[in-house]
Amino acid sequence: MTKRVNTPLTDETVTGLQSGDRVLLNGYIYTGRDAAHKRLVDMLNRGEKLPLELEGQVIYYVGPCPAKPGKVIGSAGPTTSGRMDAYAPLLMEKGLKGMIGKGLRNKDVVDSIIKNKAVYFAAIGGAGALLAESIKEAEVIAFPELGPEAIYKLKVENFPVTVIIDFEGNDLYKTGKEQYKK
Amino acid sequence: MREINVDIITKAVEKLCIDANYYLPQDVKEALEKAVKKEESPLGKEILNDILKNQDIARKDDVPICQDTGLAVVFLELGQDVRLVGGDLNEAINKGVSLGYTNGYLRKSSVDDPFIERKNTGDNTPAIIHTTIVKGDKVKIVVAPKGGGSENMSSLAMLKPSDGIEGIKKFVINTVENAGSNPCPPIIVGIGIGGTIEKTTLLAKKSLLRNIGEHNINPKVAQLEKELLEEINNLGIGPQGFGGRMTALAVNIETFPAHIASMPVAINIQCHAARHQEVLI
Repeated sequence: MTKRVNTPLTDETVTGLQSGDRVLLNGYIYTGRDAAHKRLVDMLNRGEKLPLELEGQVIYYVGPCPAKPGKVIGSAGPTTSGRMDAYAPLLMEKGLKGMIGKGLRNKDVVDSIIKNKAVYFAAIGGAGALLAESIKEAEVIAFPELGPEAIYKLKVENFPVTVIIDFEGNDLYKTGKEQYKK
Repeated sequence: MREINVDIITKAVEKLCIDANYYLPQDVKEALEKAVKKEESPLGKEILNDILKNQDIARKDDVPICQDTGLAVVFLELGQDVRLVGGDLNEAINKGVSLGYTNGYLRKSSVDDPFIERKNTGDNTPAIIHTTIVKGDKVKIVVAPKGGGSENMSSLAMLKPSDGIEGIKKFVINTVENAGSNPCPPIIVGIGIGGTIEKTTLLAKKSLLRNIGEHNINPKVAQLEKELLEEINNLGIGPQGFGGRMTALAVNIETFPAHIASMPVAINIQCHAARHQEVLI
């Protein structure tokens, strides 16, 4: 079933989402991939203030294409989430509630999702042109020197994602595969 | 001798980089349409329809199909009766890549070293260039942008000849199963068997340029392609790994004679955005 969800996320919203739900996200989300994650975690380890408030926020693992003239953003589909596994648990400890990416997560991430009542969404990998249509505003808020890896604040309207790992740790990648395995 | 100015190659490469990233080849589109019909999972069908809608938007709006516009892999077949004039060939190709990725608003995904600073080169160069000298007085250029997500799930094994067909199958199935949702299924599985370590890997990469639905001309190899496709699609991974039947659109195998002691197997995984464009000059 499809649910409309607003960001930032609350415990109540997150616990209302089940693995396999299709969700339309509305509100602001932040981008971040390999290099930005490393910098955020380094800053936390040094006790510095982050360029974004993590409480209840959603990070989208994406490095978009440059915007064509007249467009808000270029194609913007998800990158493989596993590369952020080393950094995600600490960010969840600091308040991060949602992650959007594609692909498998490790046990530390699943444990942290359960512990912190968070959620892991997947957007369709390779559907960057379609997904960009749901992005209405895009502004670089940190690390502009990283180019496509900078942190953007995005305003999204009905941004389509699927719940992969819910707050109880149910994982669509496992259950879906079991259901259709021959 | 036919003279060709390398400026023509630069312009061709620029256009190929842009076209390959905006326009999905017709055979891939048709394979996705067939996959929608075959898919048993309702969610899987929705995902495949969204993937088709995505390539329509990309084609209509002239924007990249996927934000990972890849490293630019360039296959060049250079006729031996051609004399290139006007500059350095590799520089001309890289200039074409730089222009294509800049003027086409494509993402620059190349870093200048793999493990030290990893600083973005800013124009997606250098290209990965494979040049072959062939008969004739033409130049064929193929540009196949290759994304990181599927490339990272690729694998190589130096199997023993005694491992046989069963050993090859086990390696392929394990690689695809372990990759799961990471390489953006439905995927195309490119396989090289034989030759040396670099030869077999290049065979796997080149096999990805084949039209979907075409099989290896050797009936025994074609049979292995069909069996592997069926076994992969029985794994249950499905579109985007959400569960379903359509995990792969095709399995393409290319072979080459091997050393008496060796049976190298390379697997190059390609996501559904199987992009490539070519031109003959």
